[in-house]
Amino acid sequence: MRKAGFLPRLTYGSATQMFLLAGIVAVPFADLAISAVHPGAEFRRLLTGILSPSFSAIELWSVVWTVSFAVLGVVAGGTAGLVLALFFDRSRFIRLTAAALRSVHELFWALFLMQITGLSPATGVLAIALPYTGTFAKVFAEIFEEADRSAESVLPHRTGTLSRFAFARFPVVAQQLKTYSLYRLECAMRSTLVLGFVGLPTIGFHLESYFKQAHYAEAAALLFCFYVLIGTRRLWARPWTVPLLAIASLFMLPEATGGGSTWSNIARFFGHDIIPTPLRSGGLWHGESWGAFGSWAWRITVQQIGPGAVETLILAQIALIAAGALALLLYPMVSRRFLGQLGHYLGRAMLVVVRSTPEYMLAYLLLQLMGPSMLPAIIALALHNGAIIGYLLGRQADQLALRVDAPKGANLYLYQTTPTLYGQFLAYLLYRWELILRESAIFGILGIKTLGYYVDAAISELRIDTAALLLVGVAVLSMSVDAFSRNLRRRLRLEGLPVRLSADQGANPARSGGAFAGAAHAQQPVA
Amino acid sequence: MAGAITLDKVSAGYQGVPVLHDITLSVKPGERLAIIGRSGAGKSTLLNTIYSRYPERAALIPQASALVANLSVFHNVFMGSLDRHSTLYNLRALVWPPAAEIAAVVRVLEAVGLEEKLFAKAGELSGGQQQRTSVARAMLNGRPIVLGDEPVAALDRVQGDAVLRVLSERHETKIFAMHDIRQALEHCERIVLLEGGRIILDEPSRQLSYERLLPHFEGELQ
Repeated sequence: MRKAGFLPRLTYGSATQMFLLAGIVAVPFADLAISAVHPGAEFRRLLTGILSPSFSAIELWSVVWTVSFAVLGVVAGGTAGLVLALFFDRSRFIRLTAAALRSVHELFWALFLMQITGLSPATGVLAIALPYTGTFAKVFAEIFEEADRSAESVLPHRTGTLSRFAFARFPVVAQQLKTYSLYRLECAMRSTLVLGFVGLPTIGFHLESYFKQAHYAEAAALLFCFYVLIGTRRLWARPWTVPLLAIASLFMLPEATGGGSTWSNIARFFGHDIIPTPLRSGGLWHGESWGAFGSWAWRITVQQIGPGAVETLILAQIALIAAGALALLLYPMVSRRFLGQLGHYLGRAMLVVVRSTPEYMLAYLLLQLMGPSMLPAIIALALHNGAIIGYLLGRQADQLALRVDAPKGANLYLYQTTPTLYGQFLAYLLYRWELILRESAIFGILGIKTLGYYVDAAISELRIDTAALLLVGVAVLSMSVDAFSRNLRRRLRLEGLPVRLSADQGANPARSGGAFAGAAHAQQPVA
Repeated sequence: MAGAITLDKVSAGYQGVPVLHDITLSVKPGERLAIIGRSGAGKSTLLNTIYSRYPERAALIPQASALVANLSVFHNVFMGSLDRHSTLYNLRALVWPPAAEIAAVVRVLEAVGLEEKLFAKAGELSGGQQQRTSVARAMLNGRPIVLGDEPVAALDRVQGDAVLRVLSERHETKIFAMHDIRQALEHCERIVLLEGGRIILDEPSRQLSYERLLPHFEGELQ
């Protein structure tokens, strides 16, 4: 029996109280004003636009480039991630690299890469590929770790590493790797859409300008087009079409616009821009320039990283409890246990809308409607994450084995399903905590003063050294939350529960062969 | 002369929970040995312990057939010989099996009566067919010692007898964990009885009888 460390014993109840308290304490510090003069009128114009989409506004090439950036980014990130995953449990360096890569949001990567590769396809593809490499590495490593090792354990002694992998490890998990990669392709489509908001020529580029001019009919058409792309993903993204799509994407990439020569940009970026200002004038050997560097770093930490991190956490904590509350409200509405077949259809519809509406775009739109404050960001984060968790809980509720005389309606909800699913609920919420935090930081680009605000300001003033230091701050904050979340999940004994959206639709390894479901791992005894 | 297998006062367990206590066992090359005992007596642990000590000389037939569900029967059996070829050859065999390897795999599959399933997916086989695939893999492996953990438990009596016979022909030393007392007495010349992780009986089969062993299995179906 391991004793809990420095904190009192953690239960579902005390963990919930802790998060509720953090969220409530954050509320007075958050700017929740609605500053738009006529939010109602603007909202009616939006609805009118949605009801009369203007499909002639769709730029075919922006659709093509949205898909090509996503496909190439996922292929590159997936390949690199697979290689890293193989050494994940052996190398601390690789684990740290993967964590650092994924702790920086693809929008930040894009803003940075633009300094080197300009507004080019390389920026779009790498901005997806780099953070996705980190995510793929971690998830693939988890899949390998959880895989059935029994066939591997009886391979002849001295079988080579590569043969061992190709025969007894890879085929066991191939189905799961495939399902997850295709799911990530969908995430990458959302990411490339959002990259358009910072200037890359994807659907998001046009969406942003239509939203800005309040041309909602045109924006709605683009959005519907994107929904169709996501909704039909299973038809066009299959294991055998992905290589073809990748090759076709290479030929269809847009021309780079401006930015000058990449090599001279790289030289300038690493030789000048990213080196902290106090160290630039070749003063690396002087104590005083290091002293100046120290006060430079301290000033940025105190004036930007500190306040930015506090604001990011305020947003994330409020959004987290709002998402949790919404999920608990929504899940009975998408469950057959409560609404029968209707619940099933509602769930599917909600999932499609949520999965194809990037949070960033939602926050952008709500900011347009409601005026600048933290409220639109909270609503966007709560809607997106609350709906995903609600959907997943609804599916879990459908699968619960209830007794024949189980209560109905509110009693079923309060006494049966919610208590039973509460651990699973906390597992989902704790897992999404880090994702919410990453998004909260990014929303700074929209004008809320989270960390992203300072990063965006620094980059637009070409203070790349400052931006780099700020990104280190973002990475440390999101890795800390990730570590804390994993610690909580371990102490609440929630580690074994599924947390990823893809796991719900994904391949169930036990399904592929009935007789294998009970195959015990052949453990090597410790003599 | 050194025996094929020597264990001297070996204890073993999983995650700190002891399963085997002070096991002393010596098996000569060519012997046919059955390890019997109730479930939970430590039979599998004993086999796994032997396997981990003699990885160069032993082939294991684990209790759960331990096949790769997504690969064909051919590939699963071929895995028994991965250490005999170069990595490049193995990778080629994964995509395009060489005729010589197919012939070798068919030979062992014929011995267990499964040759018509050569390119069927292992995950689509019945439990008995999976077990015979696992046996064929150990036969292709061809190490002198075969360690079978209930190697015929999923087969009917006639099939089981046949499979035990071909295994005996193929491997020099045979150690089978078994729960069927009659089959153990019939196929093995020496019986080791485990109870609570200790050897409580180690005698030649001809000195034993079904009736004498039965009381040790009280409450279990025979």
